[in-house]
Amino acid sequence: MDQTQLTARLAELKANLAALSQQADALAAQVATQVPAVPAEAAGHGSFFITGLTVFVLACFVGYYVVWRVTPALHSPLMAVTNAVSSVIIVGALIAAGPAGFGFSKVMGFLAVILASVNIFGGFLVTQRMLSMFKKKGQ
Amino acid sequence: METLAALLYLVASVCFVMALRGLSSPETSRQGNIYGMVGMTIAILTTLALPIVQSYWMIVLGIAIGGGIGYVIAKKIEMTALPQLVAAFHSLVGLAAVFVALAAFYSPAAYGIGVPGAIAKGSLVEMALGTAIGAITFTGSIVAFAKLQGLVSGKPLVFPFQHHLNAGLGVLTILLILWLVQSNASVAMWLIVIVALALGFLLILPIGGADMPVVISMLNSYSGWAAAGIGFTLQNNLLIITGALVGSSGAILSYIMCKGMNRSIFNVILGGFGGEGAAAAAGGGGERGTVKAGSPEDAAYIMKNAQSVIIVPGYGMAVAQAQHALREMADHLKKEGVEVKYAIHPVAGRMPGHMNVLLAEANVPYDEVFELEDVNRDFGTADVAFVIGANDVTNPAAKTDPQSPIYGMPILDVEKAKTVFFIKRSMASGYAGVENELFFRPNTMMLFGDAKKVTEEVVKSMEA
Repeated sequence: MDQTQLTARLAELKANLAALSQQADALAAQVATQVPAVPAEAAGHGSFFITGLTVFVLACFVGYYVVWRVTPALHSPLMAVTNAVSSVIIVGALIAAGPAGFGFSKVMGFLAVILASVNIFGGFLVTQRMLSMFKKKGQ
Repeated sequence: METLAALLYLVASVCFVMALRGLSSPETSRQGNIYGMVGMTIAILTTLALPIVQSYWMIVLGIAIGGGIGYVIAKKIEMTALPQLVAAFHSLVGLAAVFVALAAFYSPAAYGIGVPGAIAKGSLVEMALGTAIGAITFTGSIVAFAKLQGLVSGKPLVFPFQHHLNAGLGVLTILLILWLVQSNASVAMWLIVIVALALGFLLILPIGGADMPVVISMLNSYSGWAAAGIGFTLQNNLLIITGALVGSSGAILSYIMCKGMNRSIFNVILGGFGGEGAAAAAGGGGERGTVKAGSPEDAAYIMKNAQSVIIVPGYGMAVAQAQHALREMADHLKKEGVEVKYAIHPVAGRMPGHMNVLLAEANVPYDEVFELEDVNRDFGTADVAFVIGANDVTNPAAKTDPQSPIYGMPILDVEKAKTVFFIKRSMASGYAGVENELFFRPNTMMLFGDAKKVTEEVVKSMEA
């Protein structure tokens, strides 16, 4: 492929990316506006469900647009990093393991903290290892 | 405090979005990963600062144990073992989701969703869904891991009434969820866990080894949905956002992988592909030509005198760990003034992007590695296509034979190159059980043997 073609394609891709990142940002902003509403209404479960659902659906769209921009060459790191990121479930585990005293839930929380930590450390590190191998010509 | 926590969680969510966005190019990807780590750190510290978290020793111990294990694994793992590592990691997220849901079920007050025995109905549904998806992810990933690691046969395992059984278990899960919502009974909760564990196991069992890219992507997606389900239970937007991001990411990857094989997701999930039926169908193949077997010296000579060489790596390269030898060969060719490119089929290997990582590990610059749609035209002008450990993804039957199980699958047009080399251990057909007519063409030369050994011999004769 000759140089001009490549640059043209690059420019086109850049434009696409800019447009999509704008979309993503707009969606993220929408998500953001939903958040402050939560604490006030969190008392009633029903009201949270709608808020949560709104956040969920918008986040799916953000995910959709962002992930389609991921270059196929980096699909393995994508998988490793999403794996690490999904260990954010540790938040729930910490709340379970956190209260004073001792009980079944605390044991569950403790085990979940261990599992999620394996994933967090392992996932991010292995992603970093992979990404550090991707080099350009002459680099 | 709650508002502050919610804001910090939002910052963490944005960090995760940035982590995924960074992956749009290798240059920004490392920065993206750092965003991911920052986001996770914020999420953990924010949670630890919540008033409900009062005792820390258990948490610190848990993070130290888990973090230590994760650190060692990530440092030691061979890049060829990456697919099974990712599968193993998925299983952990799944199990963690189950544990968190159980914790919430037994101490709902900690999460503000009621008292034991009287949990809000909506929360119970979300909790049960999170548990079920988590449990399916757990056992499903373990089966995927065992298949990828070679602990069990990669062949699809099929038995009569398999799909009926799975469907039955699926319906049973839904009934159990209804029962749980009605009764708040802990028996129902535990039964959901058990049935979902069995279901995950049975769902992945019939799926063959080469369909693992789809399976891993799908389980990746599930682990996200499980996190989102738990997020609803805990009324935590961070978990919901992150779960949705991961879930859609996995779903998109599954879609890309299925498209790369021209099969529907249902076809993959129902499994059995590449089993007895397909092999039998291929056995009755028509006329065969003669196969021309070449020596590494021949290959070295022809490639040295070529203008351009396109290398097509497949799973065989990963198994033989031939990527370093391959890069050496490419270096020699480049020294001779030959243009070298790598062509990657979307489903080459055992996970999405598997080949790219292995080539990167061998110091192949990523701007020499091309995806199918970017490189396919170039085969027409290439002198040599060097196929190493790939088969089905080059089979022209996908374009010409509507009877073939791989018909319609996008393939790399290696047959358009002037000379095609196939490094293969034997004449055995590929995963799909389909004979590759390319082997019998006059411009094809077979190099029989282990991918690494053959490539090393080619390199040796280039040096001579």
